[in-house]
Amino acid sequence: MTAFAPRRLSTTALIHLALAAVLAVGGAAVALDGGNLFATANLVDMLTRTSLTGFLAIGMTLVILCRSLDLSVGYVAALSSLVAATTMDGQAANVPLAVALVLLVSGLVGAANGAIVAFLKVNPFIATLGTGLILKGYLDTEYQGPAGDVPAVFQQFGYTRIAFVPVSALVMLAVAAAAIGFLRSTRTGHHMYAVGGDVDVARMSGIRTTRVLLTAHVLCGMCAGLAGLLLAARFGTGSAEAYTNLYELDAIAAVVLGGTLLLGGKGGVAGTVAGVAILAVLDSVFNVMQIDPFAKDVLRGAVIIAAVALYARRQLDRTARRPRFAATPRRPS
Amino acid sequence: MTDAPLLAMRGIGKAFLGVPVLAGVDLTVNRGEAHALVGENGAGKSTLMKILAGVHTADAGTIELDGRAASFAHPAAAQRAGIATVFQEFNLLPELTVAENIHLGREPRRRGRIDRRAMNDATAAALADLGFPDLAPTAAVGSLSVAHQQITEIAKALSQGADLICMDEPTAALADAEVALLYRLVERLRERGVAVLYVSHRLREIFDLCERITILKDGRLVDSVATADITPDELVTRMVGRRIEAQFPPPLPGTERGEVRLRIAGGGNDYVDGIDLEVRAGEIVGLAGLQGSGRTEIAEAVFGIAPFTRGTMAVDGRPVRITRPRKAIAAGIALVTEDRKAQGLALRQSVKANARMVLDANARVHSRARLARVDGILSSLDLVARGGDQEVQFLSGGNQQKVVVAKWLAAEPGVIVLDEPTRGIDVGAKHKLYSVIRSLAAEGLAVLLIASELIEVIGLADRIAVLHDGRIAGELPGGATEQEVMAYATGRREGTHQE
Repeated sequence: MTAFAPRRLSTTALIHLALAAVLAVGGAAVALDGGNLFATANLVDMLTRTSLTGFLAIGMTLVILCRSLDLSVGYVAALSSLVAATTMDGQAANVPLAVALVLLVSGLVGAANGAIVAFLKVNPFIATLGTGLILKGYLDTEYQGPAGDVPAVFQQFGYTRIAFVPVSALVMLAVAAAAIGFLRSTRTGHHMYAVGGDVDVARMSGIRTTRVLLTAHVLCGMCAGLAGLLLAARFGTGSAEAYTNLYELDAIAAVVLGGTLLLGGKGGVAGTVAGVAILAVLDSVFNVMQIDPFAKDVLRGAVIIAAVALYARRQLDRTARRPRFAATPRRPS
Repeated sequence: MTDAPLLAMRGIGKAFLGVPVLAGVDLTVNRGEAHALVGENGAGKSTLMKILAGVHTADAGTIELDGRAASFAHPAAAQRAGIATVFQEFNLLPELTVAENIHLGREPRRRGRIDRRAMNDATAAALADLGFPDLAPTAAVGSLSVAHQQITEIAKALSQGADLICMDEPTAALADAEVALLYRLVERLRERGVAVLYVSHRLREIFDLCERITILKDGRLVDSVATADITPDELVTRMVGRRIEAQFPPPLPGTERGEVRLRIAGGGNDYVDGIDLEVRAGEIVGLAGLQGSGRTEIAEAVFGIAPFTRGTMAVDGRPVRITRPRKAIAAGIALVTEDRKAQGLALRQSVKANARMVLDANARVHSRARLARVDGILSSLDLVARGGDQEVQFLSGGNQQKVVVAKWLAAEPGVIVLDEPTRGIDVGAKHKLYSVIRSLAAEGLAVLLIASELIEVIGLADRIAVLHDGRIAGELPGGATEQEVMAYATGRREGTHQE
């Protein structure tokens, strides 16, 4: 007799399957509507959408894995776009300096977030909400309207593409690959799972937990910096208004959709990238089918809630006991 | 090698918020020695262990390791000095594998990258060396049994180069069969010259395993003696400072066996099957069985946490369908859960708030009299607390358990299920709880008692139902021998006891 033991899919495999399903269903829906989701223009649109949320979500994955959070990334991205555009000031020669400066500034904001969370023990939700508001105040008073000038050569980062793949999406994927390697193969990365899983266990095992947490926040800040560089490249100027798009919430949604536990300790960037992609595909489908924005947001919200509810069920399953008398009554021996 | 002992703590003192917890305590442990640290809860064992683990720093006294002065500012320092502590709540991450847990913080690297193969190979070798070649390095720790998690924890300590392993109540969560694994492990450790500091309330283990015993009482050293020079009775006397006559109090006068209050016929769900059980008023029925045999599952089914999906249940002759705890409470069933801290108490709330919780949630009328009754129950249980407003997290295990019992008594149940009521509770408080259980029966409650310590079931229960593999393998009268119970529990015997 052969018993078919259903093999449990890992969450990452599940989310990639979900991405495939969303692509298939979305493609079919668009086709029924008389369009083609996989036309070049639509593919470019989808991939372009992934890069900005992608940068933010990769960094967000790191902090969430550590059982932290960063609500300031939208403001950091806006600030970064201004730092980039004003430093470049239309001169191609200033690009390297501007990029370095953006990464420094965004990394410092991340470090501040990390320090507040790690040393002052402020709840990360409140801590990063606070730093975000401080940045908002600064942006609102110092910059009314766009500032700075991005040289054409750097605008390429926003618009160039190889075949139908935008360079920005490639850069995002490269950063994602680096983050996957970082989490899997470096001690600091691996320790993020321990810190998020149980900070006391991590500390008792000799892990410098504050350093790990700080690293995650710095990297998250720098990812927001990259997002800011992309914003600058796309707009050709720095924009304080960018924060009004609430990118941080998209990023958190993508991370959670990607199967990373909001309570930390479990998940990864591979899932996050799929989460970002699912949101991008949905947006493209809604756009192509010209669904009105209200219904669009409702659908997005429903998808996110459904996904997390599904993970919660799986989580319960994992902890459940092995059933001894399930379904078929056992034969007397 | 010097002649100095591996560990010598002298004149250790510690106070919390000005309240002295330890004063002038000495403790010496030799290489390869199994050394018991005993005392009632609140005697200062945990504090002493935490000082040794670097969690707390001593206010007074010296610590020497191999004759050299040492001090541990934080847990990592104690670990580096070769002292590992296995607490009751394991320091393991369930999402990570055995190998990842063992090497956490010290992952082997090749060219800057974590070398998972080396990590798994080293783990497999270490586990085989300890005598557990079956434990897979790549298994997720969360999927392991408690015993195997404990082995993982100890393997982790050894791989960190521990010379002294402190074990805090290591058998509290183990079934009898698993305790044998731990015995074997302790022997292995001693052969390697690793010392074990063994904190336990279970006297038999102490006398089986340990060469010397250090006794604490009220934060002071009573004595440090060779196990051979003391009897269990003397040890208990010196721990509690008074003599506990019989370990189990006899049934209270006037305890009468009445009508059947709880009847389960053919009860079954995913975890247990064919459960037939009756508990009469005034009767204590014990549920014995190995870890995982379905003891807790029956408790959870009766209380509606994981309800029976087959069979019928009746309380006081009325058929009931218990599908969730609220219905169980309405039917007059109470459950004192196995995990006191996670399921029994709101740790950060006060004694009063906890004791009134069931009443608050389920009573339609908040009469002053009922609330006053709660206070009466608390004092009848000899609760030791600074007052009703003290947060229960600061009470000792025994007093916490009294709060849980009080909470349920306030609801005036007819049936009370006690799942491991004395887990992690010191000898004196255990004795008090045994009396409480007797008085529950005397008041006409039907008591279903689950305990992994066989002696408790044997000493307290009027009848014992022994579980094996999710079914009742046999029923024995109270006072049966441990061998008889084990014969059923291990599946060597089935059917009703005939003699």
